[in-house]
Amino acid sequence: MPEDIISLIQESVIQGRITKDDEGMDEGMIGQPGVTELVERAPASGLSIQNIITKGLSGGMNIVGQKFEAGEYFIPDMLASAEAVSAAMKILQPRFAASNIKTKGTIIVATVKDDLHDIGKNIVSILLRGAGYTVKDLGNNIDTQVIVDAVREEKPQFLGLSALLTSTMARMADVIQMLEENGLRDQVKIIVGGAPVSEEFAKSIGADGYGADGFQAIAVVEDLASGTES
Amino acid sequence: MPREGILVDRPYERLTREQVELIHQVSMQILTDPGLISFNREAVDILHSHGAAVESIAGDHQSWQVKIPEQLVLKALDTAPRIVKLGARNPDNTLIMHGDEPRVYFITGSETNIWLDVDFPIYVSKADPTREIRVPEFKPRRGTVDDLCQSAHVCEHLEMADGYIRTVNIQDRDITEDNKDVNKFFASLNNNTKHFMSGLTSLKQLDNVVRMAELVAGGKKALEDNPIISFITCLVKSPLQFVDDTTATFIEVCRRGLPVAVSSSPQAGTTAPIKEAGIIAQINAEVLAGITLGQLVKPGTPVLYGSVPVRARMDTLGDSYGSVETSQYNIDCVQMARFYGIPNYSTSGVCDTKIPGQQSSIERLFSDIVVAMSGPQYLHCAFGLLDCNSVFCLLQAVLDDAHFKMIKFFLRQPRIDQPEMEAVLKQIRAVVTTPQKLYIGYIRPLLRSGEISGIYPFEGSGETDDVFELAYERMKELLARPVEHIDRETTSRIFEEIPGILPRLNIYERGS
Amino acid sequence: MKGGVSVSKDIIATIKENVIQGRKTQEDVGIDDSLAGTAGVVELTQQALGKNISPQVIITDGLTAGMQVVGERFSTKEYFIPDMLASAEAVGAAMDIMKPALESANVETKGKFAIATVKGDIHDIGKNIVAILLKGSGYEVHDLGIDVPTEKVVEFVREEKPGYLGLSALLTTTMTEMGVVIKALEENKLRSSVKVLIGGAAVSEEFAQEIGADAYCVDAFDAVRVLEGY
Repeated sequence: MPEDIISLIQESVIQGRITKDDEGMDEGMIGQPGVTELVERAPASGLSIQNIITKGLSGGMNIVGQKFEAGEYFIPDMLASAEAVSAAMKILQPRFAASNIKTKGTIIVATVKDDLHDIGKNIVSILLRGAGYTVKDLGNNIDTQVIVDAVREEKPQFLGLSALLTSTMARMADVIQMLEENGLRDQVKIIVGGAPVSEEFAKSIGADGYGADGFQAIAVVEDLASGTES
Repeated sequence: MPREGILVDRPYERLTREQVELIHQVSMQILTDPGLISFNREAVDILHSHGAAVESIAGDHQSWQVKIPEQLVLKALDTAPRIVKLGARNPDNTLIMHGDEPRVYFITGSETNIWLDVDFPIYVSKADPTREIRVPEFKPRRGTVDDLCQSAHVCEHLEMADGYIRTVNIQDRDITEDNKDVNKFFASLNNNTKHFMSGLTSLKQLDNVVRMAELVAGGKKALEDNPIISFITCLVKSPLQFVDDTTATFIEVCRRGLPVAVSSSPQAGTTAPIKEAGIIAQINAEVLAGITLGQLVKPGTPVLYGSVPVRARMDTLGDSYGSVETSQYNIDCVQMARFYGIPNYSTSGVCDTKIPGQQSSIERLFSDIVVAMSGPQYLHCAFGLLDCNSVFCLLQAVLDDAHFKMIKFFLRQPRIDQPEMEAVLKQIRAVVTTPQKLYIGYIRPLLRSGEISGIYPFEGSGETDDVFELAYERMKELLARPVEHIDRETTSRIFEEIPGILPRLNIYERGS
Repeated sequence: MKGGVSVSKDIIATIKENVIQGRKTQEDVGIDDSLAGTAGVVELTQQALGKNISPQVIITDGLTAGMQVVGERFSTKEYFIPDMLASAEAVGAAMDIMKPALESANVETKGKFAIATVKGDIHDIGKNIVAILLKGSGYEVHDLGIDVPTEKVVEFVREEKPGYLGLSALLTTTMTEMGVVIKALEENKLRSSVKVLIGGAAVSEEFAQEIGADAYCVDAFDAVRVLEGY
């Protein structure tokens, strides 16, 4: 019985179904419980939070990742699955303290000052939440000072900065410089992204990583988390 | 279920209704004065017995001036079928063409002498000997029957190819004028289950190829119901002449009631006036003359209004299929055919250049898009053809398939109706209230429905252009994929009954 | 006398100009309408003969000099084939007019050129263009027509002894007839008396070698070039 629920959770992540009203990938799924209904019900059947997350949610996301690699899944599929995981995590969050579980880490994301573009940042947020991170999204057009204050107060492991314009990408350097001035630079790994940004630019402003797209951002964060990236 | 092609609900047309009628009138005037010169006696007799005025012309080759009255043309247009069915070995590949409907079927073609092989030799940089690049190189050679088999095989698997016209002239040492037809028909039919259209090299072989088609289709009656083959005859030589031998072939094909494209290929500037008005009036008169003859031979015989107008190059007076006017002429002919309600055989995609590359892509894509937009029905869109119809490159055919997919997608009708708009309104109102404001979630139900077009299939990575190499891989993949050959029993009957087919084409007897 | 020289110079210069303009008769418009209504090459040649100007002078300083300018303009892409043909036709017409004078003056033409589209082939655009250009280049052209039986070609070579024979075929089905003609010339021991040039859309250099032709001509100009080389 608990095993069944795990595989059902996995399946609903793969299908990208948050609630029973969602269509998912295959036909005829509407009406069957989605990931939120399943997760709410899971602890009652004796499943540990740990198992729900690692076997159910992460297990499902692993398969989604494989399908994406194989060209079977597209980005919208991946995002739907990530949103399902994110919704499940939200339900599980209050029980983390009781179970002594930590999320993979906290990441603050923001689009820098004077830049109103947020599609890329939003996609990265969804994917990171789906991968099990706690994401705090500051929004777009964010003052350098506001970002620095958030880092000081929230103490995130990661800071993701986004800029779409050649005129605003320099603000990323401003953020890094102000973090240094405030003695906060060493506390946080910084990854940058956005259309005009490049690996070379990331290095030149002293960022820790560069993500060419949402998936690469996840990979970079995962690498930084496990310390493989120097 | 027959193939659907693509319906172009609002076709691109250049001519007003008044202009179409004016062209019709002038074509009728051309047919009565000067009329046509026929080098074929039988055509003269047939037209004469139905009221055409005939006058003998003195000269080395006997010929006649034939003046065709308008009512004879109108009567022929009355008996010519509005709907033409082109059958196929695989019934799912049947083509149904309505003369008054702007639909496009993408068809391969046509006979070229040269087969272009491609190779990717590796070159080393002079400046940096560690740097190697692969460069596509194209090598022309004479086409063979094996090439024809390969081309039929790959075209069977090209998703966009709705029908097959043989692409290469078979010039093996053991191919003669007497056995060319049976071999080109067998090689094509055995490797391709789509509708097969061909010209005829020798009239003597007509009965043999028709018999072959009967055996493949399952009998005389079966071939009538499912005409898996059709013919194209260039009986007209511009300006306004019936050629002796092709007219004889045309008459015989009509007698057998198999579908036939009446085609004329005037060259604007040399064999037709260079101005749009002139070449269209002339080609229309030429094609109508052919259709009239065919309907007099056998009323109701299925015909296609075949138009292959082309503009002359000003530097050589050769054909310039890549010229912009060539597409304009073709589109006008599409409209004329639709005016008469007879399915059109049109041409696009033939380029002037000799090898695949930038020029060939630009020339072919330009004409393919604009002519397809006119909804020509049977579109000879030159899969793989280069150098004005004289070179065929299988790699180019694979490349073409990708762009026809884009064109076909582009021509789909927009869906804008009440339920659609209500759904859209609901979607917009829902999304703007979410924090992320993204519509991505709504893509999913459409992702695998075919409602979203794919990326270009031969896109390379990084700063190199890998289009040719990727298409080459695709080509090899398609060649390795099996095709449904004619079954063993039918094959042995064909070899027993029909003389002249090369033994090496019998896949069941190979190696024994 | 002085006046006579200048008059003859004027006429020759005007002939040259009209060749360049491609004006055969006074009815022709030419490239621009600067000469409209004035005498064309035909009328001018008649006038010149009437003034006893030598045909040799008319040819070299008028016709050929004009054609040379036309050729230069063609190679710089200022002129197109239709321009070139109009000029060649004007020259051809002038040559016809001068034929009796040339014969009585014992002036030799550049050579006798027979041309035919082979048996079974009724295409003649290419052949006609070659004929016009060669005539305009000073050759004595005999056009045997289209769909010409092999025997007729052989007979002509035997009787008229042309130095050159041009064979044309447009179809893949009729090009082999060219080989048949060459073989028939051999059998009749006439092959060495005539240079055989072949051309047409279906034909190639390789094919020419295979059937034992002397030359393959890509287009009409190539034919002129090949002949000048002999």
